[in-house]
Amino acid sequence: MSTTQTTQAARRAPIGTVSTDTSQLPARPGLVESWNQTMGFAARALKRMRREPEQFSDVAIQPILFTVMFGFIFGGAISGDIANYLPLMVPGILAMTCLTASMDTGVQLREDMDTGIFDRFRTLPVARIAPLAGPMVADLVRYAIAASLTFLTGIAMGYRPEGGALGVIAAIILVVVTGWSLSWAFAYIGTVVRSAQGAQGISMMILFPLTFLSNAFVPVESLPNWLQWFVTINPISHVVSGVRDLANTGAVTAEVGWALVGCAVVIAIFAPLALRSYQRR
Amino acid sequence: MQNIRTDPSVQTNAAASATSAVRIRGLVKTFGDYTAVNHIDLDIRRGEIFGVLGPNGAGKTTMINMLATLLAIDDGHAEIFGVDVAREPHKIRQLIGVTGQYASVDEKLTGRENLQLIARLQGLSRTAARSVAVELLEEFGLGAAADKPLSTFSGGMRRRLDLAASLITRPPLIFLDEPTTGLDPRTRNQMWETIRNLVAGGVTVLLTTQYLEEADQLADRIAVIDRGQIVAQGTPGELKASIGGSSLQLILGDAGDEDRARAVISELFAGDVVHVPDPGAITVSLQVASDAATVLLALRDHSIDVSSIKVQEPSLDDVFLTITGETATEPSPTDASREEISA
Repeated sequence: MSTTQTTQAARRAPIGTVSTDTSQLPARPGLVESWNQTMGFAARALKRMRREPEQFSDVAIQPILFTVMFGFIFGGAISGDIANYLPLMVPGILAMTCLTASMDTGVQLREDMDTGIFDRFRTLPVARIAPLAGPMVADLVRYAIAASLTFLTGIAMGYRPEGGALGVIAAIILVVVTGWSLSWAFAYIGTVVRSAQGAQGISMMILFPLTFLSNAFVPVESLPNWLQWFVTINPISHVVSGVRDLANTGAVTAEVGWALVGCAVVIAIFAPLALRSYQRR
Repeated sequence: MQNIRTDPSVQTNAAASATSAVRIRGLVKTFGDYTAVNHIDLDIRRGEIFGVLGPNGAGKTTMINMLATLLAIDDGHAEIFGVDVAREPHKIRQLIGVTGQYASVDEKLTGRENLQLIARLQGLSRTAARSVAVELLEEFGLGAAADKPLSTFSGGMRRRLDLAASLITRPPLIFLDEPTTGLDPRTRNQMWETIRNLVAGGVTVLLTTQYLEEADQLADRIAVIDRGQIVAQGTPGELKASIGGSSLQLILGDAGDEDRARAVISELFAGDVVHVPDPGAITVSLQVASDAATVLLALRDHSIDVSSIKVQEPSLDDVFLTITGETATEPSPTDASREEISA
């Protein structure tokens, strides 16, 4: 208890005295502080999620719905039967649901920025990255839920991932990392557009071509040549291939590497953009 | 700019910045071809409440937002306790507390959670954050509602919580941007009391308001701002003196007594101005408010019935009329939307 009081006294002058000695003030937040502040924002986001369980509806229902729907609709047509289609499809659904979940980052951010509390955050001595990165850390929970539910639904429908438990866990980690990386792009969109609906609309327009013009649901060979060109460079294709390799064979292949490189590129481009755009507002 | 009083601290020397809490020189903010803040100079002393008075769209919020590091400074220079606002925003953020026009609290958290969040973000330990939250909730009369959802909070409670959130680290400078706009009179009085207590603790307050009464009640010194420029500066007394005092408006019980009443009042004030807009109605300009009693007593002595009385304070409109020669009209829609953009 005594240490607490010391901390408090150091941080907060007693009522009646205010310090205006500016020479001791740090000019920028330290690394440890930035991390703590990011976790503070993450805790806030988690608290808000718990209070509004509707926020989980997309990651809780969509994986189940899509896995069942796509399995029964396309299974016979594409792979002859559902059992053969599942190893192809489940990683595709996995990538898609995590993308949808990460899209929500931009929408939430936009909503949050419109409520006025963001102006307070911007006047606090916190690291500029913390208000953006915090909610994204909390979103990891959402990706993990989405990924686990997709696998569970697949398994319930007869999917038996050959990669074993380790392979599946590695696959889940890969999509969670992907979702987190892409959320920087959606966060950027969130800081640029005028409204939450705008963020939603633009994100959808990016999301659909990215998921469907990939190898997520169909074999690449079945596509016309000009489209194959795009599908093979689409980073989502690499993520899906990486997840397939991990879950179905347990092998860490070059595809996994490419997927991670893609994620790193997305972060390198969009994290600075999002940060700058957020600061400028 | 009309300088009502020569301000000794308006000097460009080092001594001035040692005593100033805020020092602004030639501050400019433009949005497109619209100049929201147009070369403002200001010195706010340590420990005073400084009121910035002006109508909607005058540039008050824009100025505060620049000082609070929310908006980039286009031109000029601003210092808070000697720290350059543009160059060291992170230091500035450790020196200020901002309570905006719209309560900036998290609607989905409780009052206690809001305060704990802000405390944790500013580096307080979990236990310290908890005790600060308790202390502030009590201090601001929110103890009973601490764990209720914010949706059950009244406008006044929200503002108080917002103010409490600005005070967690006891910053030496507080910006209050229209702290009572939209509050009912009782809540407004409570808010005023809270603000007075702040300054008793040594805090410097920069307050913006549209209400002359509020500036009068709270501020040690006032700057009147219009279209991004300071048009007058001084103590509330000096400002009011410059626009004349209040007036006493009488309606006589019997309109026939009017001439007699006018004679009585003229005698009292040795030919002072007596307006007669309507039959039976008399408006008396008062040098001092207590003259109202003198007038009423004299009328009673002469058995002249008065059916209604009203003492009219000088309004912001009067200040503007006197200082700028224009009325403080509602801003045009474009001005209002600009103010919103900057908010």
